[in-house]
Amino acid sequence: MSARETTLATIRKNRPAGDHPLPEIPLFAPLVGDDLVAEFGERLKRMGGRVADVVPGEDPFASVRERLETAKVIASTVPEITGNRDLARVALPRDLADVDVAVVRAVFGVAETGSVLFTQEQLQVNSVAYLAQHLVVLLDPADILDTIQTAYRRPDFAQASYAVLHTGPSATADIEGVLIHGAQGVRSLTVILLPRNSAEQ
Amino acid sequence: MSAQDDLRVQDGASDRDGLIHPEIAKPADESARSQDGRRLDHAEATTKPLSAEPQAARAREPQPRGAKIRGDRPIDQAEAAERFLAAPLHQKAHDERLWDLRKKRDTAAFGIPEWEELRELASQIKAHTLSRLDEYLEQFEAQAKANGVHVHWAADGAAHNRIVHGILKDHGARSLIKSKSMLTEECGFRHYMATTGIEVIETDLGERIQQLDNEEPSHVVVPAVHKTRFDVAAVFAKTMGTDPENDDARYLAESQRMHTRPLILEADAGLTGCNFAIAETGTVVTCTNEGNADLSGNVPKLLIHSIGIEKLIPRIEHLGVFLRLLARSALGSPITQYTSHFRKPRPGTEMHMVLVDNGRSERLGMEEFWTSLKCIRCGACMNTCPVYRRSGGLSYGATYSGPIGLIIDPTFNKRKYSTLPFSSTMNGSCTNVCPVKINIHEQIFAWRKVLAEEHQIPLLKQGMMKAAGQVLSRPAAYRAAIGAADSALRALPRFAVYNPLNTWGKGREMPDVPRQSFHAWYKQNRMGKKNDMGKKDALR
Repeated sequence: MSARETTLATIRKNRPAGDHPLPEIPLFAPLVGDDLVAEFGERLKRMGGRVADVVPGEDPFASVRERLETAKVIASTVPEITGNRDLARVALPRDLADVDVAVVRAVFGVAETGSVLFTQEQLQVNSVAYLAQHLVVLLDPADILDTIQTAYRRPDFAQASYAVLHTGPSATADIEGVLIHGAQGVRSLTVILLPRNSAEQ
Repeated sequence: MSAQDDLRVQDGASDRDGLIHPEIAKPADESARSQDGRRLDHAEATTKPLSAEPQAARAREPQPRGAKIRGDRPIDQAEAAERFLAAPLHQKAHDERLWDLRKKRDTAAFGIPEWEELRELASQIKAHTLSRLDEYLEQFEAQAKANGVHVHWAADGAAHNRIVHGILKDHGARSLIKSKSMLTEECGFRHYMATTGIEVIETDLGERIQQLDNEEPSHVVVPAVHKTRFDVAAVFAKTMGTDPENDDARYLAESQRMHTRPLILEADAGLTGCNFAIAETGTVVTCTNEGNADLSGNVPKLLIHSIGIEKLIPRIEHLGVFLRLLARSALGSPITQYTSHFRKPRPGTEMHMVLVDNGRSERLGMEEFWTSLKCIRCGACMNTCPVYRRSGGLSYGATYSGPIGLIIDPTFNKRKYSTLPFSSTMNGSCTNVCPVKINIHEQIFAWRKVLAEEHQIPLLKQGMMKAAGQVLSRPAAYRAAIGAADSALRALPRFAVYNPLNTWGKGREMPDVPRQSFHAWYKQNRMGKKNDMGKKDALR
């Protein structure tokens, strides 16, 4: 018998006795208040991320303008920012190792945790979200969900080839519990709360 | 946390506000801060600075090493624990660090009113999945294949290693970057690969430290938690050429980033473990803080996921239960920095998934122990365990240490791990914190019975247990023994506990003797008093 057949046969022989029905999952009341934007921002900050409010009439990128201006390589997948590295023409994922700042738009945010979701569609080349030194994320305030439970009822996870929730930057505290951002991935993650149609305005 | 649960050495650490470990405390705090200037303690970070100033000019304590492995001979956990206890700097830092994680867990758990309901749901989902594991595995396999993934089945660890090696050979791979996976540790993957000429590079900082030091991980979440910064500085100086005198955590972490990055960029293949495998979609989910699983998965052109067959859950929707429990139980954070869902290979690349049995299908048939397969590897039982915190994970001489290790390890090798179920105070705290409600301490007790019946435990321990059993199983004899309360608890236990044959008593003191036993107090104050009859009923 193949390993597959042996394992499956052993499992069938050893099925635990008794009835073990799959429970219905109730929709739990959100632990966040009605102001999802504020809740999202507060939690993201506690996870090491940064959040920038956008004041109407002012530069929405003011908080990261200096970072963008001093960056040698910017990879942008959003119309609001023009980068100098075309992700459509990247031959290998590792070619993005010199990116200083990557700018991408999130599918949605989650207030309970301060997370943002990307799929391969937003990232274009997945590695850009990890090899870049800094990540700037555009998030429409209208796209903030209340809880993780709500997030997992969305169809995105079942449809995407690759889907990832980012909650703040890459972090480690493997040495004596000292928290350090930028363990292997991005050193910072900044969310800019900018509606989706902003580029057209 | 309840007072009963706090079984640490009572050295007043909790009273010293501001510092966990003042005698080795540094004045400045290196940890990252938030946008609004607050000190951050997400991921596996401590709530307070734990350790000494960088380059502290003082005697350094050599790192105590783990249990001595002698083939199949029973692991002497107590011997290794003794050496850990004899290294006070390591032992105290370890104890306080993990207790801090436990307290972070409590704060996070208490912040969710439905916490107990979530634990129950998670436990039921796992029980259900395990009761139909064959069907869910077939569903997972079919979905993965439909997604263009190559699916492999490995009967044991050796088969897993051969399969992965075969895939790498087929692609002419010379190097493999991997993220943390307890399963590959269980399979002895790194040791096997050392003979093949293909370089394996761990990319999790803690795991990389352990690889460079040629040690196994000591904890499922924080692999190098038993090491001080001085130990890490010594390892990095020797293997990466860093300054041996610079033990600043930021310097060490940044050095590792710079050292590892070219290896990541040049790697021919990537490998990750799996936190959850979703049957309905064929998705592999990983939860990490560093982003290294995503680098392993998104940089090389070949990706392999090693999956223990017990990681299956039926639907995406169920992640809404498990993810809310996992990081809160493990770290006290609402979520890990990265929660990644791998479903289909990127265009032009290959994705392989290896489903590993390695004893799991047999464990499913063990009536008293099959629920240990519910484990989601959060490490909460380890952080709360007084034995684990004071002896270090490597003292167990096994892939899985701490309470969950005590009930999993003997399924791999009854003789080698026969002594481990005795490394427990049976306080039950592990069961209380387990996010999937495994009755860990009851299974520890059940293993003791199994191992005794199968003559796997040493004669000395058998004799002592038999004597204790004779007294404890007969209430009258027990009361007679403690009736002379003073003499029994003050004289006899001191001899029984502190004689050199009993390792349990080392480093411990007996609690103060109550002036009166509860039984005597009850007899004097309650029994036979008419106006207390109602209360007596209530007590029943």
